[in-house]
This record gives sequence, C-alpha cells and structure tokens, in this order.
Amino acid sequence: MKRIYLDYAATSPTKKSVLEAMIPYFTQDFGNPSSIYESARKSKIAVDEARKKVAKSIGADTGEIYFTSGGTESDNWAIKGIAEAYQQKGKHIITSQIEHHAVLNTCEYLEKKGYKVTYLPVDSYGQVNLDELKNAIQSDTILISIMTANNEIGTLQKVNEIGQIARENNVFFHTDAVQAIGQIPIDVKKMSIDLLTLSGHKIYGPKGMGILFIRKGIRLGSLIHGGAQEKRRRAGTENVPGIVGIGEATALSSLNLEKEAKRLTGLRDKLIKGVLDSIPYTKLNGHPIERLPNNANFSFQFIEGESLLIMLDMKGFSASSGSACTSGSLDPSHVLLGIGLPHEMAHGSLRVTLGEQSTEEDIEHLLEVLPDIVSRLREMSPLYEDFMKQK
Amino acid sequence: MYSEKVMDHFSNPRNMGEINDADGVGTVGNIKCGDIMRIYLKVEDNIIQEVKFKTFGCGAAIATSSMATELVKGKTIQQALEVTNKAVLEALDGLPKVKVHCSLLAEEALRAALWDYAQKHGIKIDGLKQPKTDIGEHDHGDDDEDIY
Repeated sequence: MKRIYLDYAATSPTKKSVLEAMIPYFTQDFGNPSSIYESARKSKIAVDEARKKVAKSIGADTGEIYFTSGGTESDNWAIKGIAEAYQQKGKHIITSQIEHHAVLNTCEYLEKKGYKVTYLPVDSYGQVNLDELKNAIQSDTILISIMTANNEIGTLQKVNEIGQIARENNVFFHTDAVQAIGQIPIDVKKMSIDLLTLSGHKIYGPKGMGILFIRKGIRLGSLIHGGAQEKRRRAGTENVPGIVGIGEATALSSLNLEKEAKRLTGLRDKLIKGVLDSIPYTKLNGHPIERLPNNANFSFQFIEGESLLIMLDMKGFSASSGSACTSGSLDPSHVLLGIGLPHEMAHGSLRVTLGEQSTEEDIEHLLEVLPDIVSRLREMSPLYEDFMKQK
Repeated sequence: MYSEKVMDHFSNPRNMGEINDADGVGTVGNIKCGDIMRIYLKVEDNIIQEVKFKTFGCGAAIATSSMATELVKGKTIQQALEVTNKAVLEALDGLPKVKVHCSLLAEEALRAALWDYAQKHGIKIDGLKQPKTDIGEHDHGDDDEDIY
C-alpha cells in the first residue's frame, strides 16, 4: 500500500540535497570549529556560511543568528532570557492562549518564579485582537510572545501590527515562526521582530536543530553555560552537520517559497472544499483565508479523532488530531478549546498538513476514503444516534 | 502501541449497533474526556441473548466495547457481572497504560445496562449497585509529576 504523508507540521523528511551537504562534516571535515588546524577551519567556515544563509532568508544580519537544539530551546531561551535580563524594567509578559507548549509552559514556569503573564484569548478563527493586546500592555511589560502561525489550525497572526505595537510601547516582541518559515515571507526588520524562533526539521532539515534570531542590541542571558561558542551566548561544541543542514534547508525554503505556497494553497483549498461538500456536520477550524498554505484542520461532529487517525492509517494516510487521546493529556487540544470549540468538536478534529511531496492525487484519494471513515465512525457513535433521533 | 487483538476488535468491531426493543440500556462516559459508551441488552430467562454497543471514543474504547460485549453474550446475568475491566483487558492482550480507563468504561457501561434492565423489570440483581453514569473523573493512568 502506498503511504501518503499528511503530517508535515509534525515533521518533514530531510531533503536529499540537505543531507548531502551535511555528510562531509560527519566524516571528513569533522574538526571542532574552535580548533586551529585545517579541518577545523573548514567546519568553522561551514558554520559561518550557514549563518549567512539563515540571516539572508529572514532579512537579519549574520551576527543576529544563533544556532540552538530546536524550536523548543529557542522559545525557552528567548522568553527566559528576556525575563532574566530585563527584570529590573518589569516582570510582565504577554502571550496568547494558543501558543505552542514550548512557549506556554515556559511562561507558566516564569509565573512560578514571580513573573506575571497575560494569556490573551483569541477569536473563533484563532487571532489575537490587537486592541486587547494594546490594553494588556502595562508599564512593567517586558515581552510580547505571539506565534507567527499556529501549528494546529494554521491561523496567521497579524505579526506586522503586533511588532509595531510592541515597538511603540518599548516592549520586546518574540515570535515562534516554526510553522511559518518557508510558507510565508518573513523579514524580521520589516515586521519589527526582536526575537524569532525557527526549527530545522519542519523545513526538510535535520531534527535537533533550531535557530534564535536575536536583534542586535538586545541583552539576553544564556540558557546554556560553558564555552565561548555562539559569542558566549549558547555554549557547547557546534553541531556542525546540523548547522550546515539547517542553513541549507532555510535557504532552500525561501528560494521556492512563492511558487510552492501557491501550489499548496490550491491543494489545501481543494481539500477543504471537498471535505465540507461531502461530509455533513463538519467544521473548518482556523481562519478560512489567513492561514498557512499547507494547513487544513477539520472537526467532525460525533466522532473521536484517534479512531479516525487509526482508520486513516489503515488506509495508508499519516495525519494528526487534537483529541485528548492523541495529545497525551486528559483534555483535547488547548488551541481548539481556545477558539471556542466544545469538547466534543475538539475531540473530533483532524489536522492535515501538506508538503513538498503532496499531490493532487493524494487529495483526491483522501477525499475518496474520508467520507466513508467518518460515516462508519458515526454509525458507531451514541452521540450521532441521539442526534439523529432528536432530528 | 495497540495489540493485534485490539486492532482486530477496532477494525472489525463485534456487536456494534443498537437494539430497538432492548431490555436494558446503559450509557456511561464523559464528553470532556472524549469517550462515551452505550450498551444495549436483550435478556431472556436470565440469559443475555443479544448485546450491542455504540461508542464515541478512541481505538481502545471501541475495541473494549467490542470485547466486553463478546464476553457477556449468551452468559447469565451473574456471569456477566463477573466480566470486569481486568477480564476485558486480559482478553485484549492488554492496553497502553493511558488507555486502561477505557476497559473500566466498558465494565461500567455493562453494569449500567444491567441496572437499567433490573429497574425496568423490577428485579434485584445481587451484587449490582447503581452505577455512576458519569465517570469523567476517572484515572487515566498519567504520572503527572510537578516538573518545576
């Protein structure tokens, strides 16, 4: 059976050209960039080159790019770093209720350390209200951390406006752009971004690699102490192959951005229309237009997401859901609850995220099998039975 | 993560459906947790002649409903009462720890259906107490430690 991968927001396969660029730095030019001899010089140059590529693709200066172990570390570093370095100015942070757990749990940690955090609600599409954001800013606010695009429902935030509001109020602005990079153009200067998180493995790069952009002039305490790497701000011998990989992946992701985004938007909209037309009692989660080109998220009333995923898996599809059973906790996804879905609808969600290898045929195939799976599960559902009887 | 038996009962659920003139119907679960289970019984001469289920829930919830109904089909009421969540678990070759509560749900649904049968027919079944219909506060088996 042909497997169809529809979970690119979870992770993506490393591109062959990316892997090939990485390989020499494992076996051949393996020297420690801090050393003095030839192979070390080569790896040092490779790290510098990768940094340039990343900087170029987000409109940053080379000196503003720091390599980390992934999006989670970058989020932790940005938030804890600002909190620590600027606590004299204040101890108030603003974020949203639908952030990734790397942001939310970091904020909760800081609350236990005596910081105040405002978790802004979002509207039914998942967008933060700009007036509410303005009203939340206090004299002791030091940081606004709001994601560029949501990982579950794909909704884009008004990052440009948020950046401006932050700057006008002399508050730092951090954004987790892990899902957005490679899908929408990002320019940290134009968007008034002070700190930005990226991850390698969502853009066909290696896992275990992340980036934090730190605007020049921002003081940021270290998360990891040790050697002099990354200008003493992030210690530890550089993961040279990983750095080369994320550099290559980031460069490639901005190269084809417009064309690929257009292609994926077409596939996405075909899927959304197909699903809403063929399956009753179904809702599209997230914003209908202001969403990532590759993201579709649905809630099917009366059924539960994990059973749906297993049935899709048996038909060869890999996708994801925000049900409690798949979130690994008692509650369904905080994002789906955050946009106001009742528990039942949140449990019955399906996230389909497209990527490079997604084709029109994949969407057509999914549209062939999905209605049957949903109606089979509804036949099993006591909620559907009650609903039909009431009707 | 699921055993072959669980996958089998999930993909080919036994006794799925409803009984229009059921002698007893029991619905348990909690929408917040994302699982609701309903069991229908047809009882004649103290024997469960027919049993059907409907379940809103994950793979484990559907598989345990299927297995629980298999285990009580054709059994006397007393025998059915002996079908505990442990028995369902064993018959399915186990469940992942976080899914064990699903087997509890099946036991509760069965008992709720038997209770309903007893109520409707003015019978007292020894050893059967009024079941909780909402077992939302059940233990999902998570080891939630404060990591801060």
